[in-house]
Amino acid sequence: MATTACFIIVSRNDIPIYEAEVGVAAKREDAAQLHQFILHAALDVVQDLAWTTSAMYLKSVDRFNELVVSVYVTAGHTRFMLLHDSRNDDGIKSFFQDVHELYIKTLLNPLYLPGSRVTSSHFDTKVRALARKYF
Amino acid sequence: MIGVGKMKQYSNVLDKPLTKGKQEVSLSAFAFLFSELVQYNQTQVDNIGELERRLEDAGYAVGARVLELLCHREKGNRRETRLLGILSFVHSTVWKVLFGKVADSLEKGTEHEDEYMISEKELLVNKFISIPKDMGTFNCGAFVAGIVRGVLDSAGFPAVVTAHFVPMEGQQRPRTTILIKFAEEVLRREARLG
Repeated sequence: MATTACFIIVSRNDIPIYEAEVGVAAKREDAAQLHQFILHAALDVVQDLAWTTSAMYLKSVDRFNELVVSVYVTAGHTRFMLLHDSRNDDGIKSFFQDVHELYIKTLLNPLYLPGSRVTSSHFDTKVRALARKYF
Repeated sequence: MIGVGKMKQYSNVLDKPLTKGKQEVSLSAFAFLFSELVQYNQTQVDNIGELERRLEDAGYAVGARVLELLCHREKGNRRETRLLGILSFVHSTVWKVLFGKVADSLEKGTEHEDEYMISEKELLVNKFISIPKDMGTFNCGAFVAGIVRGVLDSAGFPAVVTAHFVPMEGQQRPRTTILIKFAEEVLRREARLG
């Protein structure tokens, strides 16, 4: 299914540690910045919402025109945020869970400083493969 | 490739499954490793406070990872949002996975609202260590205090965590207490959440 989507991992200190544009729809030049702006603006909402529930998947927390922001918060308060324009709750939840496993494996590396950028190209490849699988 | 046996060879750690693996680790191996860690840090610092801080920092890194891993494995992806929840998580789940048993006791401090104590009769890391008199109040449990601080900090409950010896009558070795003092914002948020 062709959809625009922007996926960002934001650490506990509100620093993005991974970004990826996934999706096959036509992209405008300024779309990337707009996507990032929307996701960062949604961080405040996520902050409040995260303390009201003990679930990790927070479904959709914010809207912008037709774009919807879905968020998944891990135990260490690392946020996986996805900006997309279709409704596919189950697919998105499974996508988040698989990326969560990848993130834990990255975190377990004793040489990886939690909160720093994830630069592994293998991680990037796997995330994009998961995105293609679920969207 | 040499040694390609029945086990599948993974080219990258991200492909390996996140299984429980072997539950047991050799105690002697750990004791040797920990003693080497302490000795190495001893050569790098000038005073006790610095040594304790280094052990704590080592434990902090462990704590941050343990929190994510255990919430994923044991708790089926449910986070802790309340103070008592995270304390009992540390006291039972974390202790069970790291030391093989739940902690001996979890108490609330009587003098201050924001203090909690986890006590252990014989902390695993202190089992084979004796502190010389001239090191005063130094406690290798600072490593475990660091682990607890890592777990609490990553979960959003910043706290100051320290390890103390509490002498008990009738027992040769003193009991070890991990003292947790939560930051202001944690108590305010707890009050707000009701």
